[in-house]
Amino acid sequence: MTDKTPALRLEGIVKTFPGVRALDGVSFSVMPGEVHALMGENGAGKSTLMKVLGGIYQPEEGQIIVEEMPTVMTSPLQAKSKGIVFIHQELSLAEELTVAENIYLGELPRRSFGRVDWAKLYAQTDAILEKLKVGFNAKTIVGDLSIANQQMVEIARALTVDAKAVIFDEPTASLTDAEKVVLFDVISDLQSQGVGIIYISHRMEEIFKITDRISVLRDGSYRGTLETRATNEEEVTQLMIGRALDLSRNVSHHEMGDIALEVRGLSCGDLFKDVSFEVRRGEVLGFYGLVGAGRTEIAETLFGLRDPSAGTILLDGEEVRISSPADAIGKGISLVPEDRKGQGLVLGMNCRDNMTLPQVGNLSSGPFVATGAETDIFEKYKEKLDIRTPGWKQTVGNLSGGNQQKIVIGKWLSMHPKVLIVDEPTRGIDVGSKSEIHNLIRELAAQGYAVIVVSSEMPEVLHVSDRIVAMFSGKVMRTFTSEEVTEENLIQAISGIAATDKVA
Amino acid sequence: MEAGKLSKFLKNGAIWGFIVLELIFFSVAGEFLSLSDKAFMDADNMLLLLKQSAPIGIIAMGMTIIMVNGNIDLSVGAIFALSAVILLDSMTWEVFAGLGDWVIPVSWGLALLTGIVLGAINGLIVWKTGVDAFIVTLGSMLGFRGLVFMYNGENPTSSLNWTLVDFAEAQFLGLHTATWFLAVVTLVIWYVMTRTVHGRNAYAIGDNREAAVNAGIKVGPHMLINFMIIGFLAALSAVVFYSESGSVNPNDGQLYELWVITAVVLGGTKLTGGSGSIISTLGGVLAIQLLRKGLGHIGADTSTVNLVIGLILIAVLFLDRQLNTKGKEELKI
Amino acid sequence: MASMSKADIGRILARQGILIAFAVFIIGFTLANERFLSPDNVMGVIRSSAILGVMALGVTFVVISGNLDLSVGSMMSFSTIVVLDLHDKIGPALAIPAMFAMTLCLGAFIGFLVGYLKLNSLIVTLGMLSAIHGLTLTYSGGQNMDIVDKEGTWFGVFGQGSALGIPVPILIFVALAALLGIVLAKTPFGRKVYAVGGNGTAATFSGIKRARVVFLCYVMSAFCVATAGLIQASRSLGSQNTVGQGLELDVLAAVILGGASLLGGSGTIFKTVIGVLILGFIQNGLLLVGLQFYVQFVVTWVIIILAVWLDIAAKRGKLWSNIA
Repeated sequence: MTDKTPALRLEGIVKTFPGVRALDGVSFSVMPGEVHALMGENGAGKSTLMKVLGGIYQPEEGQIIVEEMPTVMTSPLQAKSKGIVFIHQELSLAEELTVAENIYLGELPRRSFGRVDWAKLYAQTDAILEKLKVGFNAKTIVGDLSIANQQMVEIARALTVDAKAVIFDEPTASLTDAEKVVLFDVISDLQSQGVGIIYISHRMEEIFKITDRISVLRDGSYRGTLETRATNEEEVTQLMIGRALDLSRNVSHHEMGDIALEVRGLSCGDLFKDVSFEVRRGEVLGFYGLVGAGRTEIAETLFGLRDPSAGTILLDGEEVRISSPADAIGKGISLVPEDRKGQGLVLGMNCRDNMTLPQVGNLSSGPFVATGAETDIFEKYKEKLDIRTPGWKQTVGNLSGGNQQKIVIGKWLSMHPKVLIVDEPTRGIDVGSKSEIHNLIRELAAQGYAVIVVSSEMPEVLHVSDRIVAMFSGKVMRTFTSEEVTEENLIQAISGIAATDKVA
Repeated sequence: MEAGKLSKFLKNGAIWGFIVLELIFFSVAGEFLSLSDKAFMDADNMLLLLKQSAPIGIIAMGMTIIMVNGNIDLSVGAIFALSAVILLDSMTWEVFAGLGDWVIPVSWGLALLTGIVLGAINGLIVWKTGVDAFIVTLGSMLGFRGLVFMYNGENPTSSLNWTLVDFAEAQFLGLHTATWFLAVVTLVIWYVMTRTVHGRNAYAIGDNREAAVNAGIKVGPHMLINFMIIGFLAALSAVVFYSESGSVNPNDGQLYELWVITAVVLGGTKLTGGSGSIISTLGGVLAIQLLRKGLGHIGADTSTVNLVIGLILIAVLFLDRQLNTKGKEELKI
Repeated sequence: MASMSKADIGRILARQGILIAFAVFIIGFTLANERFLSPDNVMGVIRSSAILGVMALGVTFVVISGNLDLSVGSMMSFSTIVVLDLHDKIGPALAIPAMFAMTLCLGAFIGFLVGYLKLNSLIVTLGMLSAIHGLTLTYSGGQNMDIVDKEGTWFGVFGQGSALGIPVPILIFVALAALLGIVLAKTPFGRKVYAVGGNGTAATFSGIKRARVVFLCYVMSAFCVATAGLIQASRSLGSQNTVGQGLELDVLAAVILGGASLLGGSGTIFKTVIGVLILGFIQNGLLLVGLQFYVQFVVTWVIIILAVWLDIAAKRGKLWSNIA
């Protein structure tokens, strides 16, 4: 590989913002036909680097070199014309338009008087779609496609130019396993055509499956490049965080109390069917499964956001009906939702008001909000959860992901719920804060809370759970104790291979 | 897939189904309630209906583009009035005195230019300041109306030109001049929206603005052009209407924005942009005019028309929501 | 560093731009006409702004909760006509509560549509603008409404009376502003209104009943409209049935001038009162210097655009938009 010229090379890129050296002399290169992973914690400088590559930021020092040609990037569009193409994490498609119109968005072929040259548009699109071997055609409306196919449309866009390097930013975030396989096929096709791939992801299994080399950023500086075949997860993690990460199984054992929540034969339409489980006080019950397995939907049903079509829910042995979140909260069930910014927080509100939002009606002196009591609650949980913020007046939108998540957790802890449900506790949170939140969850269980953790990250469920419920396509496949569970039998269960768990 | 297509077909066809229902209802109810002996679905009556649809209809075509683009324009009524004032007043200007009937195209040109300029003002403000189109056009709705009053105080502006009236009252192939204008505008705007780069980009911008920007589509100029188009169409609507009537009051065109938006929403254009069709808007325009006329036919007065139109607008919104919910499985938020 | 401080000055100018512009107007008008700042005139301005102001208080709640209300103008016509009509039929003591009940029903209907059925508030209230207008016309039979015995009723006290030398409309406006200001800023309900407007989904996920909050905002708005209708009817003891037409725009203009975002989640009652006063003083100033009432349309246009523009320019840190 060393004898070829790199498809894309970065040399000593420096970018500073007032008070921060966001990129501090970053250099790395992608060979044609290579899949090169770019890793680093959130805030390590990956997205700044991508913005420099896309011409959104101009670096103060350093060079971007495309096939030996030093190039100045001015916009994502101009970068594309130089053969540098981005596939973003959030899809940027116009759903009401056709596949062809989306692929050539902004570059529709023209005839006289600004008319669209449809014949040419469809012919060009069909040629590209053929290369990708997809099951839809140029005239399909994008909104009718699955997420995975929409991503294919994004990739097809990259192929409208003579791509030298394609940058994938967390491409598998919302794909099922089967869809991932298709994506990896396409990546390997691109690879064989001599395109250099930069693959940004937090997911170790994927990185080790498809990449050739791994470059790591930490605190805006380049920490080194590893040959994927010659390294392992620990080494990469160490580079990323400067210390080893605890990937172990949960081994802590403490006394468990009575059953706090029991669910019998719960169903909700086609989303999940005949789900039964129980959680005790002092226990962390993990829910693990692929996207679409029905995990989040169970959490939402327990929180009163969906009406179950069958089944019973028992709290402390008594049957309850939960009709709304307010109802759930009143009965002692709390949910830390999966979409922190969309569902968890009012970003424009300050830290204190966000934390006390569910109980603001109860925290009153006469007809008014008791702001003193609110501040006390905030200060108490700020200390307890080690929330780093200048003060309660800080707008929540200005905090880091980890601190935002702690505000949401604090919001519920301050109400002393019977059952705390945490959906994707560490999504979009950097590695350091991740382990803090994991420890916090264990601690809560030790204090006697019944905790349900829903996650799509296997290390996470293994690390925090006392028992793990494995789900596949809306059904509980098996419930493991932490002694029984292995990575292999867990993967088998969530892929639908193992037999359905017999309900005791 | 099949179910999706069916519901889409139902949605696209709904407005025409509604029109048929209206026709049946008013024909039958007219038999019992009508003040006149004439049948509702009388040919002359229907031709008149098309003609009367033109002023609102022409503007509604422009509003469809604006709303597909993800904006809204509340100032169309004021643009309509100001263009009308310019149209009628300019015919009496001294400088044009020697032109004879040739003053007509000149005045038309001036009126249309007025509309384009007012639209451009809206568009430029939306583009350059980044203030939401709702607020910008809410402001210019007041501002343009103020200009109308400043022009001629609270007096009407009048100028009757018989050549113009003859032209406006002419019928070609049975259709009135105004109807022809509506038909041509509908066709042209339909072509622009479905067949040109500008039209397709307008959909893309309304659908996913960020994606459009990332793809290098210049959002600002597209919005500017669309505001100029709706300004032009509001002026054209005034030209068509006032060529015949010959007198404009400073309060004319008030609440036009309400009628126009109602027609566009009835036609199924999404408020959030990205989706909508010119042909369905035409359906919406006809449906409203039918309702106004039909209610008049069975003896209801304007107050009832206002009441019914308002409630129908809300009902359409409600039905649209019901059709788009996934039923019991949906998240309750 | 010099450029930094320059940017800071720019930001301060933009933040306070509306107040600075207001001050310039006041000084200009005072120089042009010394009567402008006389106690009589100031009292007169506040008094004539009271009707608009009372309506703006309610709309502030609706806007902060993330919705719009374009129906307040025609709803005010409705209240005015109804109370005048009932005055002669059942007497003022019964007419007032009956009118309030009917207006609150309209508000509850809108609140039900927007809150519980989750329909788009712009279109719903646009439809209600038309529908209520029709309702008023039907109710009045298209006629203007007049109290027959104008001398023999105490009904005029709300619009014409005064206490402690202060006109009653001003007292009502101030009292309602103080009350609603406290409700919005200090009570749990106020906090919920901000939460629902800031992020309705997150509010629901925190156990707040969003539909109920939105519903109550519209009911409060209707209450304010009914109060405004009462003042209007009492002031003239007779009315056209289009008396409130177009007021929804002035009301919205005042709320926007006060700095509430149409996206919801921000704004205060105090700021809205400032917005109402700015509008009132500018209208009055223009009339005092001898300009026709319609000049104020154009001035209001310019002021609204400038106010919102400067506000968002301050937030994004530069004057011109980023739109390509």
